[in-house]
Amino acid sequence: MAREKSSKDNAQALFHSLRSAYAATPVNLKIIDLYVGFAVFTALIQVVYMASVGSFPFNSFLSGVLSCVGTAVLAVCLRIQVNKENKEFKDLPPERAFADFVLCNLVLHLVIMNFLG
Amino acid sequence: MATMPILPNMPVLDLVKSFKLKTKQQELLIRVSILCLVYVLAFITRLFSVLRYESMIHEFDPYFNYRTTLYLTQNGFYDFWNWFDYESWYPLGRIVGGTLYPGLMVTAALIYRILHFLRFAVHIREVCVLTAPFFASNTTLVAYFFGKEIWDTGAGLVAAILIAICPGYISRSVAGSYDNEGVAIFALLFTFYLFVKAVNTGSLAWSLASAFGYFYMVSAWGGYVFIINLIPLYVLVLLITGRYSMRLYVAYNCMYVLGMLLAMQIRFVGFQHVQSGEHMAAMGVFFLLQVFYFLDWVKHMLSDTKLFQAFLRITVTCAVAVGAIALGLGMLSGYISPWTGRFYSLLDPTYAKDHIPIIASVSEHQPTAWSSFMFDFHILLFLFPAGLYFCFKRLSDATIFIVMYGLTSMYFAGVMVRLILVATPAVCLVSAIAVSATVKNLTVLLRSKNKGVQTGSTKGSSSSKASSKALLDQSQPFQKNGAIALLFGAFYLLSKYATHCTWVTSEAYSSPSIVLAARGAHGSRVIFDDYREAYFWLRQNTPPDAKVMSWWDYGYQITAMGNRTVIVDNNTWNNTHIATVGRAMSSYEDEAIEIMRSLDVDYVLVVFGGVTGYSSDDINKFLWMVRIGGGVFPVIKEPDYLVNGEYRVDKGAAPKMLNCLMYKLCYYRFGEMLTEYGKPPGYDRARGVEIGNKDIKLEHLEEAFTTSNWIVRIYKVKPPNNRW
Repeated sequence: MAREKSSKDNAQALFHSLRSAYAATPVNLKIIDLYVGFAVFTALIQVVYMASVGSFPFNSFLSGVLSCVGTAVLAVCLRIQVNKENKEFKDLPPERAFADFVLCNLVLHLVIMNFLG
Repeated sequence: MATMPILPNMPVLDLVKSFKLKTKQQELLIRVSILCLVYVLAFITRLFSVLRYESMIHEFDPYFNYRTTLYLTQNGFYDFWNWFDYESWYPLGRIVGGTLYPGLMVTAALIYRILHFLRFAVHIREVCVLTAPFFASNTTLVAYFFGKEIWDTGAGLVAAILIAICPGYISRSVAGSYDNEGVAIFALLFTFYLFVKAVNTGSLAWSLASAFGYFYMVSAWGGYVFIINLIPLYVLVLLITGRYSMRLYVAYNCMYVLGMLLAMQIRFVGFQHVQSGEHMAAMGVFFLLQVFYFLDWVKHMLSDTKLFQAFLRITVTCAVAVGAIALGLGMLSGYISPWTGRFYSLLDPTYAKDHIPIIASVSEHQPTAWSSFMFDFHILLFLFPAGLYFCFKRLSDATIFIVMYGLTSMYFAGVMVRLILVATPAVCLVSAIAVSATVKNLTVLLRSKNKGVQTGSTKGSSSSKASSKALLDQSQPFQKNGAIALLFGAFYLLSKYATHCTWVTSEAYSSPSIVLAARGAHGSRVIFDDYREAYFWLRQNTPPDAKVMSWWDYGYQITAMGNRTVIVDNNTWNNTHIATVGRAMSSYEDEAIEIMRSLDVDYVLVVFGGVTGYSSDDINKFLWMVRIGGGVFPVIKEPDYLVNGEYRVDKGAAPKMLNCLMYKLCYYRFGEMLTEYGKPPGYDRARGVEIGNKDIKLEHLEEAFTTSNWIVRIYKVKPPNNRW
């Protein structure tokens, strides 16, 4: 009983400290996190749909899922580069980071459109 | 007060001084001129065969590439991408668009278009012949930048020079060798350079460039599997040794997702990046990276370590469980295909010999002998470990990468001769580090002694400085002499390397294989152009829809130069079809004619070296035909053709050997031929024996053409006899 209670306490303490730490992040990073969450959620929906309906044509499924995963990953890279706490990127202007992000997304979606079939 | 006239009164020395460059500009000038010279050198050292013979395509595989490039320039990209070739693998045909790597053909066609746009009316064959040397020159430039990234500009320059003349690379990129590797090695090194640059800078733009480099590599060669396995391995090593950083995350993720998507656009590769066992390492590392950095981020956010430990445990067990289940399900259900034979035989070299004779029969797939290593690398062989030492002394992300590339590629080069090519850039780069660092240290020693004397004499010295100067002075003379001696030694070694490389290129790697040369009785050069003679005879003297049966080695050349339909060719995609041909060649004439009639064969082509002493002929390849045929049709048994385990063609040969179709076709009318002074008629110069069965009669075939030196022999299949 005591062990269960302590583990439940642990989980709650974990949850609370995560929540408070996350609330301290700046707004622009939270927007990027929201975008990443949305992209991953869309990818999950597509996977569930594929599991229920079947994977033909496979290239369309792959292009759909990979576009979501790809843009999520690129957004995480943008977040890393824009985050002021990362010492490695402190002399990278955020405009440059965003321009790289847009360019990579452009290439990603062009390839997706070719692959969609 | 008159103004002072400047120009006429300026002394000459001042004028000259105004042209004198600052040290930085001098250095830049030297570097640029060295790179220009190396660029030209890399190109011209590959032109031996063009100068000695003519500008033609070499070997076997390049003829297919040439034919497809010709088709591409004549019919446009869309027709090329959707091309179904009915002139090979009769009656099956071949889906060319979906079974080749288009990078090489598209590159050559692009160069051809550009040249035509600039109004240079060159033939596509010239462009094809010179594509490989051009890309070899580009590779030297990439090697320079890569060396600069790993170590410094000195190492970059040495790397460029070493790779320009290294025989391991020249062997597959000589002028006329129009094969995938010529372009692929450039793409490989370029991709690696862009990736290392991306890891060093952490910029998304460089990762995007490396994804494009990877796309070019995938379009050029099947060896791209090496990249997609080495880079995840490198990421894993960095994670384990604790050298990871945010830059690594950005570089690998962008490159993997975009590279994978771009690679799947090539039809030949298709969905392999998500379905094949060989590509799963990259995906596994991708997921591992997400979990790893997520945990890192959570750890950074949580201030309490105990809570984090709990979270860590939960997440890690979940992730490992999910990953293991997914992988297990994938492999068990067969969705993730296991490693294909070609790549599995790299991990287990004995696999191909027992299970896949076609892969084992290719001469380039044999394990490498020490002499091949020495032949292809020369002094780089011992400079490579020296370079590894220097890399370990100054570990950084880039040097870890080159060390891993060097070690893995050297392992694979030891397993298969052909893969020395992949190891060459790594060996050149690592050796360049050794050379550059050693020479730098030696010259610093030389220079420091002068500086020490100068500062000692000009400045006033305190007591400690005087004592240290005294110590320096005592060891000085030996150091300086030793440094000079070592520098001379290094110079001697490098000049020997250059001599060796040029000699190897000239003697060993510049033969076109389709034209043979020998020394005549008085030392004059004798050229055997029999192959082309036979193919042009086929082209001009047979009906356009004639079908030619030969061993698969000659298929590409027959379709490219003879312009006739073949039964099997070098693509070797259908083992049963090749085994059928092998069975026909190894059977008695009555059985063989049934097989040939079923395949609609009109002509049979064999290669015979008995008159000239040419040893790569069909009789020497015959046992492979028997093995491959016997692998599919158990009626063909290899011991039937051997006597006491020995392969013979003289009187003591096995009766099945003396009467099989291949023997009859090769030695027809050879029994009356005098080949060498003092030897009986029918003396086979390639085997060094007198043949056993001299009186050969053909019932269902008749001789159509034999070339002037009897190297290629063509037979016509007679139509069935009238019944009455």
